[in-house]
Amino acid sequence: MIRVLFFASLRERLGIEAEELDDFPSTVGALCEQLAGRGGPWHEIFAADRAVLCAINQEMAAEESEITDGDEVGFFPPVTGG
Amino acid sequence: MDIEIRVQETPLDAIAEIAPVYQGRPSVGGVASFIGLMRDINQGDQVDAMTLEHYPGMTEKALQAIAEEAGRRWPLSAVRIAHRVGELRPQDPIVLVAVSSAHRDASLRACAFIIDYLKTRAPFWKRELTADGETRWVEARDSDTEAAAAWSDDEAG
Repeated sequence: MIRVLFFASLRERLGIEAEELDDFPSTVGALCEQLAGRGGPWHEIFAADRAVLCAINQEMAAEESEITDGDEVGFFPPVTGG
Repeated sequence: MDIEIRVQETPLDAIAEIAPVYQGRPSVGGVASFIGLMRDINQGDQVDAMTLEHYPGMTEKALQAIAEEAGRRWPLSAVRIAHRVGELRPQDPIVLVAVSSAHRDASLRACAFIIDYLKTRAPFWKRELTADGETRWVEARDSDTEAAAAWSDDEAG
């Protein structure tokens, strides 16, 4: 099981702050495709050419980064701090 | 090298945060700092207030990693990064970066490096409330991405 968190405008557009997934693929890219498959705003955000960023266990991850059972996966827009 | 990272809901006294990177450090000959402030205008619209969201846990880790990376590239005595979250008003300090070193080159470059990396890698998101009551998320800028990319992988710039 993994815990998936959504931040900022992603959270607003998807209407969800966090969820747990028992069924998850092994890479970030594949997880994005799985989420895009939900349609609507999920497809808008997670389909190919996505601008969304991802972190695994609070460290920046890439499309090919691997997801393991127990991981915390965060999705968020490009950052705007400072 | 000493690193102090803080993410805080309370107002940031940016000026007071600078002295600790050199006081009591007799080998320090140079201090560089950056203060980021909330402005009252963005993209042509008057902005009355701003909310800063962050990813608790990851924010501190990301800032720590950026400070450590600066310490790998330049000989530094101390790095301090303090960043606000929560509600801000125009003229409130958003971020303070202060860096000290024996000579000026390291602290000047490291300070610029740290803020360039923070703006593209630290998980904060700004939401503005404009004067006409509109709420909007601030968009990331290409110029920030380009500035971060300009620091090559191993360069002590």
